[in-house]
Amino acid sequence: MTTRHSPVTDWTSDFDPADPAWINDPYPIWKQLRQTCPVAHTERYGGAWLPVTHEYVSEVAYDTEHFTSRAVVMNELRPGPEDLPAPIGTAPPITSDPPFHAIARRMLLPAFGPKQISGLEPYTRDTCRQLLDEVAGKPEFDAAIEYAQHIPVRVIVRMLGFPQEDAEIFRRFIHQVMEDIDLSPEERQAVIDQGEMEAYMNAQIEDHRLKRRDDLTSFLVEAEIDGHKLLPDHIRGTMVLLMIAGIDTTWSAIGASLWHLARHPEDRRRLASEPELMDTAVEEFLRAYAPVTMARLVAQDFDFHGAQLKEGDWLLLPFPSANRDPEAFPEPDVVRLDRQSNRHAAFGLGIHRCLGSNLARMELRVALEEWISRYPEFELSDPSAVTWSAGQVRGPRSLPVRVA
Amino acid sequence: MPFRVQIDADKCQGHGRCYSLAPELFDADDLGAGVVLGDGTVPDDRLDQAHRAVANCPEYAITLTEVQP
Repeated sequence: MTTRHSPVTDWTSDFDPADPAWINDPYPIWKQLRQTCPVAHTERYGGAWLPVTHEYVSEVAYDTEHFTSRAVVMNELRPGPEDLPAPIGTAPPITSDPPFHAIARRMLLPAFGPKQISGLEPYTRDTCRQLLDEVAGKPEFDAAIEYAQHIPVRVIVRMLGFPQEDAEIFRRFIHQVMEDIDLSPEERQAVIDQGEMEAYMNAQIEDHRLKRRDDLTSFLVEAEIDGHKLLPDHIRGTMVLLMIAGIDTTWSAIGASLWHLARHPEDRRRLASEPELMDTAVEEFLRAYAPVTMARLVAQDFDFHGAQLKEGDWLLLPFPSANRDPEAFPEPDVVRLDRQSNRHAAFGLGIHRCLGSNLARMELRVALEEWISRYPEFELSDPSAVTWSAGQVRGPRSLPVRVA
Repeated sequence: MPFRVQIDADKCQGHGRCYSLAPELFDADDLGAGVVLGDGTVPDDRLDQAHRAVANCPEYAITLTEVQP
C-alpha cells in the first residue's frame, strides 16, 4: 500500500532524507552542498529547504520569528486544525514557540538537571552490565539490537513510570513517528486515526491518576500553569515527546560510537588505556555522529540568503552537518578523542536545546565505559550487514560485532 | 593581572559544558543553567579550565576577561 519516494538524482533541488543514499551515508551529500549550495531545496514533502553550514543552521535555530517549531519531524502531513495550535503545538515544549515554550520547558527542566540525572547513573550502569551479562560467551552478537537500544528505553521508561515489558511497543511508535516519513498523507493520517499511541498514553495517564507515583507521568498529571491543570493533549504530547526523544536518539549515539570504535582500533585502544579521555571522547562522538536533525515550518514568507522561503514550507536543521563544517571545526571529518575546543551543536542551539542532554551524555558515557571494560577488543563481523535508521535521527539499527 | 569569567544569562541555554569542565569556576542552577561561582575571579591554576569552558560553550555565552586589580 505504500507509495515510497523515487530515488534522488539532484541533491540541490530534489533532496530527500528518506533516500537510501542519505540513509546510508549523508556526510558526502552535506559536504558537497556546503561547497556548492548552502541552502538546498526540494518539492517533496510539499516543499522543503535544507541549510547545511554551521552559520546558516545557527541562524535558523535562533530565529523564532520566521520559523515555527509547531512541527519538528518533516513528513507528508502538516499539522491540521485538530492539532494544538502554535505556540503550544502537539508535543510541548519541542513543538512550542515563545512565549508558551519557556513555560512548558521550565516545568520539565529540574527533572533533567545534572544532579537529578546523576542519580540515575547507578541504574544505568546496572542496566548496561546486565545487558552485557546476557551476551556473555557469545563470540558474535548485534551491538545495536542486543545492547544500545535497550539502555535509553529502560531509563526513560523508569522515569515515565511505564511498564518495562512495553519496550517493543515504544519502538513501534518511534518507527511510526520518526521513520515512516515518506508514507503518503493518507497513509500517515490512517496511522494517527488508528489511535494506538493516544490510547496507550491515555491508559498510562488514567493509571497514574488512580495510583500516584513518583515519576514524570504523575508529575505531568498534577502540574499546573497559572493555577490550571495542563490540557490533556499537552500531557499526552509531552509524554510522547519524552518517550520518543529519550529513546532513539541516545540509542543512535551509543550505536554510532560503537560503530566508530569497532572500525578504529587505535581509538579503541587509546580509550581503554586512557580512561580520562572519556569526557572529550563522548563530546567528539556527539559532534562527529550527532544523531539528530530537527525541522521547522516557515512562519512567514522571506528571503533567506537568496532562498525564497514561503509560509508553510518545511526547513530541516541538520545539526550533524553543522558539526562537520570546516568553517567551525578544524579537520571536521577526523574524530579526535582529545579535541579541546568543541562547540558542537549535537543538542541543538538556542531555546530548544535538547532537554535531555544531561541524560543522553550520562547514558552514552556509561554505556561506553561498561562496554570497553568488558570488550576492549571488538570489530564488525559483517560490515555490509550494518543498517542505518531513516529520517531525522541517524544511528545504526543493526551492528553485528565479533568480540575477543 | 587577574582574570574573571562571566556568563551571559540571555545566551546560556543550559548545555552544562562549563560546570562539567570547570567545576571550581561554575555551577548549575536548579534549571541546569550555568552560574559563576563567587565573583568569577579565576585563580592562576584554574586558567586552563576557564579557557576550556569558553572554548566548549556552544552558545558563546562565556567571556574571560582580564580585570584591573
